[in-house]
Amino acid sequence: MNAEEAVLATAEAIAAGRETSSDAKQYVSFAAGDEQYAVDIISVREIKGWTDVTSLPNQPDHVRGVLNLRGAVLPIIDLQCRLGGGLTETSPRHVIVIVAVDDRQVGLLVDAVSDILSASDERIQPVPETSGREDARVFSGFLTEEEQMVAMLDLTRLLGSEVLDSALHEQTELQ
Amino acid sequence: MNDFEQFKQTFFDECEELLQQFEDVAGTLQAGANDPAGLDDMFRSVHSIKAGAGAFKFDRLVKFAHELENVMDRVRSGRMELAEGDPEFIMQAGDVLQDLVAAARSGVEATAGLEDEALARLQAMLAGGAAQPAAPAQMESAGEAGSGDFRIHFRPHRAMYETANEPQLLFHALAVLGELTAKADLSKLPELAKMQPDEGYVSWQMELRGAPGLAEIEEVFEFVEGDCDLTFEPLAAAPDVAEEPAAVEAGPVDTPEAKPAAKTENSGPAAVQSTSIRVELERVDQLVDMVGELVIAQAMALDSLSELVDIRHVKQLQALEDLTMRTRQLQEGVMAVRMQPLKALFQRFPRIVRDLSRKLGKSVRLELDGEATEVDKTIIEELSDPLTHMIRNCMDHGLETPEDRLAAGKPEQGVVRLSAEHRNGRILIRVSDDGRGLNPEKVFNKAVENGLVDADAELSKEEIEALIFMPGFSTAAEISDVSGRGVGMDVVRRNIQKLGGRVTVESTEGEGSTFTLALPLTLAVLDGMLVSVAGERYVVPLSAIVETVCPDASAIRALPEGGTVMPLRGETIRLIDLCQSMNLSRLGQPEPLRKLAVIVETEFGRRVGLVVDELLGQQQVVIKSLEANYRRIEGVAGTAILGDGRVRLILDIDGLATMPVRNPDARPQDGDTANSEEATGGLSA
Repeated sequence: MNAEEAVLATAEAIAAGRETSSDAKQYVSFAAGDEQYAVDIISVREIKGWTDVTSLPNQPDHVRGVLNLRGAVLPIIDLQCRLGGGLTETSPRHVIVIVAVDDRQVGLLVDAVSDILSASDERIQPVPETSGREDARVFSGFLTEEEQMVAMLDLTRLLGSEVLDSALHEQTELQ
Repeated sequence: MNDFEQFKQTFFDECEELLQQFEDVAGTLQAGANDPAGLDDMFRSVHSIKAGAGAFKFDRLVKFAHELENVMDRVRSGRMELAEGDPEFIMQAGDVLQDLVAAARSGVEATAGLEDEALARLQAMLAGGAAQPAAPAQMESAGEAGSGDFRIHFRPHRAMYETANEPQLLFHALAVLGELTAKADLSKLPELAKMQPDEGYVSWQMELRGAPGLAEIEEVFEFVEGDCDLTFEPLAAAPDVAEEPAAVEAGPVDTPEAKPAAKTENSGPAAVQSTSIRVELERVDQLVDMVGELVIAQAMALDSLSELVDIRHVKQLQALEDLTMRTRQLQEGVMAVRMQPLKALFQRFPRIVRDLSRKLGKSVRLELDGEATEVDKTIIEELSDPLTHMIRNCMDHGLETPEDRLAAGKPEQGVVRLSAEHRNGRILIRVSDDGRGLNPEKVFNKAVENGLVDADAELSKEEIEALIFMPGFSTAAEISDVSGRGVGMDVVRRNIQKLGGRVTVESTEGEGSTFTLALPLTLAVLDGMLVSVAGERYVVPLSAIVETVCPDASAIRALPEGGTVMPLRGETIRLIDLCQSMNLSRLGQPEPLRKLAVIVETEFGRRVGLVVDELLGQQQVVIKSLEANYRRIEGVAGTAILGDGRVRLILDIDGLATMPVRNPDARPQDGDTANSEEATGGLSA
């Protein structure tokens, strides 16, 4: 899906979700690299096509820069790169999923939005403990349908190091 | 929030203002005669609080306010004179009133007996005032002037009829007081066809003979005050009667229309209220944001349209120009909403100075200047703490004891001056004292002691004075109850920096010190210079820029530990290569033929040169916080959204100046520096 289609699909899904009062939660899934990821639809604020961002000096590679979203300046995180892959080669077909975490808004650069998934909590499987890799902690679980595995992103952990702790950082700096 | 809660909220908001008003005047009170207008203000403040409190049944508040009101009433009418110690007491009474309001607001019952002491003293004052008629002569003259014959001009407003007040009943009441003749003035009555049935067109000219006093007449009109034009004038204008304040006030009857209800008690505040409204700051902020967006959108639209529109479309061009102008005006207008005079802030200080001077045993006069200077509200709020601290500092450390002052041949009373002015699109606030000033030697020694500078460092006087802003300068030795609460001038400096301002000090030993705060007028926009480096664009705050030079390559010297310096009129200037600091790559970018050094001034007045490729022009930008959604970045003060909708980074000059020079991972960057020298060399050759 490109950004426009994704927005329409999301809007429909949200409307549908209101009508069917099942306890299934809805998720927006998207592709980054070869993998599928998903976040709770509630945290998705907006989906837009890729535009050039303003890069920030001396930041980790996966922080692609900042973008003006109707007057607010948001950081754009390259999801593939954040999860240990290479930098995404951007094109206008790429999509920025804007998510809200703890009063902050962050854009995730992904390849494309895939689907709106509906799943109850019990269908989400815990992350197997085998992995000692650090980025495993940024998943809150997997939604596995047949051969397709979708990793549920824990946004707080995913963005924590750059975005969310900063208030804390500053305080300690001041002290 | 239901209506009742909302009313209550409004009441408390008003109380805040009223209490402030009370305190403002209370701070100027002195024993003996006082400014009658100020006393009137105080009386009205307490009166309004009492009235509101009554409506919400805050009984303790009402009771206290009532006694205070009575005292203020007597003072303002000259029936009581403030004795020595009374002004201080009235200020304390104001505090008690404030505590009671705060208690009512929080819904928690105030401490029992909180107001007892003050209440007792108020009652004693009232009793005493009655027992000994303070100024019998005045009483007498008031009595004389109060009774007799009056001319009353009465013009009801529409509002009076709307509240179901009937003039005839008033006339009846007046007729009881004396011999009344009333003449209706029908000149304002329009033709029948144009007449609004519920409008008030008729006014009355009345003569009342043998009335007991003005007060009684006023009482008749008590309920319609504010809803009518009302003037009183004594018929027999005996000279001593003209001395009576009420008569004087009622005197200018030449323009009764233009001075509605000149005599009425609440006409003052009523008139003020009608010209201002209370708006939540958040709403104003939203408006400011939206207009900021509009300006950007407008610029973007203009950008894209200017390609299509040419000379054939003169009309369209004019329309666009018009739109641009209106948008600017709109932005200025909205910004102005946030601007407030510094008066509200400055008025807190007389009291602080007064309290403190007693505590310190120093006699201090506070001079205020430029209170009308307008600044963004946010800045005003943020200034309160730093200014308080600075004033305390001046009084505690700056001013000498009275004995020392006399010994130094200065007047016993010290002077602290607080002034504000606009200059070059910034606001300058100065706090100065005529105290002992900074002793450079002492300051330097202390800084050495605290490990802030090397003992053999050679610093100019300015640099030494700037040391007092260093963290860790304020030490335990000088922690006193007054100014040394563990915070020093470094905190002041940081607070000011956060606002995009800077603070400097000038001092002459033995003559005093002046602290100068230079602040932006608003936090929302910034005048910036757009520069480009290796294909990236940055905004340099215009206020920091001193000049721009094209450095001569042969004059630039590389330092062994990294970095470069250049001479500028006898001064050695450190160069900061932006390309390097921002870690930009010149891969695929042609090296510019010449580079420029933008000379900027840092916090400590030290100058550094930012090496850039090009200056792209001056622009006003809307400042957006980077921290709102991300974190602080070294060397970046914030972000700006430009006319093209793109985000650009605003450089933090001080941050850049203190950033360590990159050396370790260094080969490519060293090469880079060398390149830039070659480039400038190419130009000079």
